[in-house]
Amino acid sequence: MKESIFDKKWFAIVVFIIAITALWYAAALWMNGNQLVKTYERKNQEWTYSTIIAEAYQVKRPMLPPPHQVFAQWYKTVFDTKVTSKRSLVYHTMVTLQSTMLGFVLGTVLGVAIAIGIVHNRTMEMSFMPWVIASQTIPILAIAPIIVVVLGAINLTGVVPKAIISMYLSFFPVTIGMVKGLRSSDRMHLELMQTYNASNSQTFWMLRWYSAQPFLFASLKVAIAAALVGAIVAELPTGAQGGLGSRLLSGSYYGQTVQIWAALFMAALLGLSLVTVVSLFEKILLRRRGVSV
Amino acid sequence: MNQTPKLLIYAAVLFAQVALAFFTEPGFYERAPLLLFLLLASFFAAAGMMSACTALVDANHPFKKSLKIAVPSVFALVVVVSWQALTQGYDVPQVLLPAPSEIIVAFFSNLPTLWADFRQTFLKAVIAGYLMGCISGFIVAQWAVKSRFLQNGLLPLGNFVSAIPIVGIAPIMVMWFGFDWPSKAAVVVVMTFFPMFINTLAGLQSVDALHKDLMHTYAAKKSQTFTKSQLPQAMPFIFNALKLNSTLALIGAIVAEFFGTPIVGMGFRISTEVGRMNMEMVWATILVAALAGSMSYGALALLERAVLFWHPSVRSGR
Repeated sequence: MKESIFDKKWFAIVVFIIAITALWYAAALWMNGNQLVKTYERKNQEWTYSTIIAEAYQVKRPMLPPPHQVFAQWYKTVFDTKVTSKRSLVYHTMVTLQSTMLGFVLGTVLGVAIAIGIVHNRTMEMSFMPWVIASQTIPILAIAPIIVVVLGAINLTGVVPKAIISMYLSFFPVTIGMVKGLRSSDRMHLELMQTYNASNSQTFWMLRWYSAQPFLFASLKVAIAAALVGAIVAELPTGAQGGLGSRLLSGSYYGQTVQIWAALFMAALLGLSLVTVVSLFEKILLRRRGVSV
Repeated sequence: MNQTPKLLIYAAVLFAQVALAFFTEPGFYERAPLLLFLLLASFFAAAGMMSACTALVDANHPFKKSLKIAVPSVFALVVVVSWQALTQGYDVPQVLLPAPSEIIVAFFSNLPTLWADFRQTFLKAVIAGYLMGCISGFIVAQWAVKSRFLQNGLLPLGNFVSAIPIVGIAPIMVMWFGFDWPSKAAVVVVMTFFPMFINTLAGLQSVDALHKDLMHTYAAKKSQTFTKSQLPQAMPFIFNALKLNSTLALIGAIVAEFFGTPIVGMGFRISTEVGRMNMEMVWATILVAALAGSMSYGALALLERAVLFWHPSVRSGR
């Protein structure tokens, strides 16, 4: 059977992007238009539909800024502002990126360490594993402001408190994935290692670590996205110190909608590129191992 | 080998540590630093106790079930006791880290406030948003499983959304839907929709080709195939999403409250009490959140056992 154009992947994606953009413009017209009409009526001024349509896409503090306004703001704060300036989105992105990366690295190390412990020690598995799972049913992000404040009280400010929250969110997927991965070695291989009289560490480095790598990367993709969320939420209570989270908060305090959307756009871009980088590493590694992806 | 005397010594050490942590005048570590050795001893005793219990579980002891719970409980006990001992022993100011006993006192003496917050955040925003998000995710997924076009368009969108920090839409939702709970519910809807959609779709697609053929030979109608074959097969996936979403929903609602609320709600309580340096109250609110989170997770796990009693993953656990 021949595939029609409707079954093609790119076709559906293009249609969806066009539909979302169209919907966005329509919603912007409706929401901002209503707002404009209300202002005109309050001031007892005349208004016509053509003026409303013309103005709805240029409101300074719109309910919903149309895509081009968001993009213009994003472009202005990324390329037309000095990187060192506090108005530059690049500056704020770097602040967020720092704590994300630090938290991600710490979380990965912690997650792998716990997983190694769980795999090698039965007592550790029984005492730790339930709490690892329970730790994620607690809405830990709620603690973000406290950790930032508490660590601030003992003069630990800046990147570390935020990184700790990122770490907390990102260690979980790594632990779960690595426990699965370190146990995924072929039984025959494990028995072979035993007939060679291999020590635990030899088995680990020559066999288990190797078979865990694909699992590790699958978890790392989840973990890095979680670390970004952690960093952004941790920035909410720190006020105006910088970071995408503080851009969101100050934007919401002063009603700067376009600023919020530009920060959101940047956050989405950052999240996407972080995940892409991790999957790039994954591809390189798996290709070196001869697995076609 | 009889282990009873060893276990008795372990229990005695733990008991002494508990007594020291909870019933001694604060500041004891500063007065007598040697007491820190008791803390170390209690770690050792707990480790010994846990490994003894683990050995008993692996040897199929008659009390296997309760021992299985005992191991993580001992671990939690040691963590709480050490927390209590260190904060009391060094007389750590409450602003930094209150002791567990102080948190419990704050919890019970502020029950009405905490209940009002819980009602505002959990019973209104979280439950409404969770239900709407999960149900709409399910409905769209069962459309998408029939239409290649919807799948091709929505799956990349879902993957895209999973990479971006969705909680960021909270300020926008607060602007659109006002300060009260509907804006928080809206954030929860957006956060829970895609996990539900992706999981349900994967579940509905996981149906065995043999089952499909069997339904076909029975001349089953489409709706019959759906309810009798596809839906049961998809249930484990759906429950995964439900459990994942229960945590996401609580996080979404609390974070959204940082951006503006009426003067009630768990997120509001946390941010104002942090401002007043009233840390026991903050921790008491977190205790409520933790209880709500783990209890809803537990309830969903129980429901899963009841619904999926036939599934291998549940049967093997018995």
